[in-house]
Amino acid sequence: MDIFFFLLFATVAVGCGISVVMQTHPISSALSLVGVMGSLAVLYLLLGAEFIAMAQIIVYAGAIMVLFIFVIMLLNAGAEQRAGRSLMVKVLGAPVLIGFGGILIYFFAVNFGDATPVHFGAFQGGSARAIGRALFENYLLPFEVTSVLILIAIIGAVVLAQKEME
Amino acid sequence: MMAHGVPLSWYLILSAILFCLGIAGFLFRKNIITVFMSIELMLNAVNLSFIAFSYQLRQVNGHIFTFFVMVVAAAEAAVGLAIILTVFKNRNTLDIDEISEMND
Repeated sequence: MDIFFFLLFATVAVGCGISVVMQTHPISSALSLVGVMGSLAVLYLLLGAEFIAMAQIIVYAGAIMVLFIFVIMLLNAGAEQRAGRSLMVKVLGAPVLIGFGGILIYFFAVNFGDATPVHFGAFQGGSARAIGRALFENYLLPFEVTSVLILIAIIGAVVLAQKEME
Repeated sequence: MMAHGVPLSWYLILSAILFCLGIAGFLFRKNIITVFMSIELMLNAVNLSFIAFSYQLRQVNGHIFTFFVMVVAAAEAAVGLAIILTVFKNRNTLDIDEISEMND
């Protein structure tokens, strides 16, 4: 059953990922990205990360993608024309990328091929309770610093998006 | 219904594939918004690795890291989209080849 769910949602994730890259219209890319994030949330659940799975749905698929789609609609962005790429990317891009991916996959397959298989429910440490404990005991300072980061982001976004005073 | 589990390496390989797709979008696409979405795709791929290793080591620390990555991604999306709005307002284009101010 684990394998079935993994294969199903891994296929959806890779298919939507390819769609993100191949679609010419930004809205199609954005909706495909929502598909990737949704299927990744299911994979997080399979790995026992309940809280992160919900946060993925709410923050990524909800908030961030709505922001993206909002901006795409606002700018009325159309399909992109196939402009000429730089010569280096055209010649070297795909082979280097495939080589890099191949090395990564080989590395993972060799080094973690004999790790214990993943069973749903074997790891219970991803509940909101466990996350909260770790977050407010061991990671309290980074958590507080994050609030400053978000404050700076809010101010930065407002300053950037406001009308320029002449 | 406890069949064989999924090998951990499959999760990591999926993460590698998604990361490479993100790089491909980053390299090959012309629309600045799509490039930005490719970055989000790469962040998600790395998050999957964090969660998989967290499962393997039976520790919650990977979840915390993923949580922080999400927070930073949200902040980054807000600022980045504001920058895109400003660029579009000034240049009236979203094509990254036409926005090459720093080149010349």
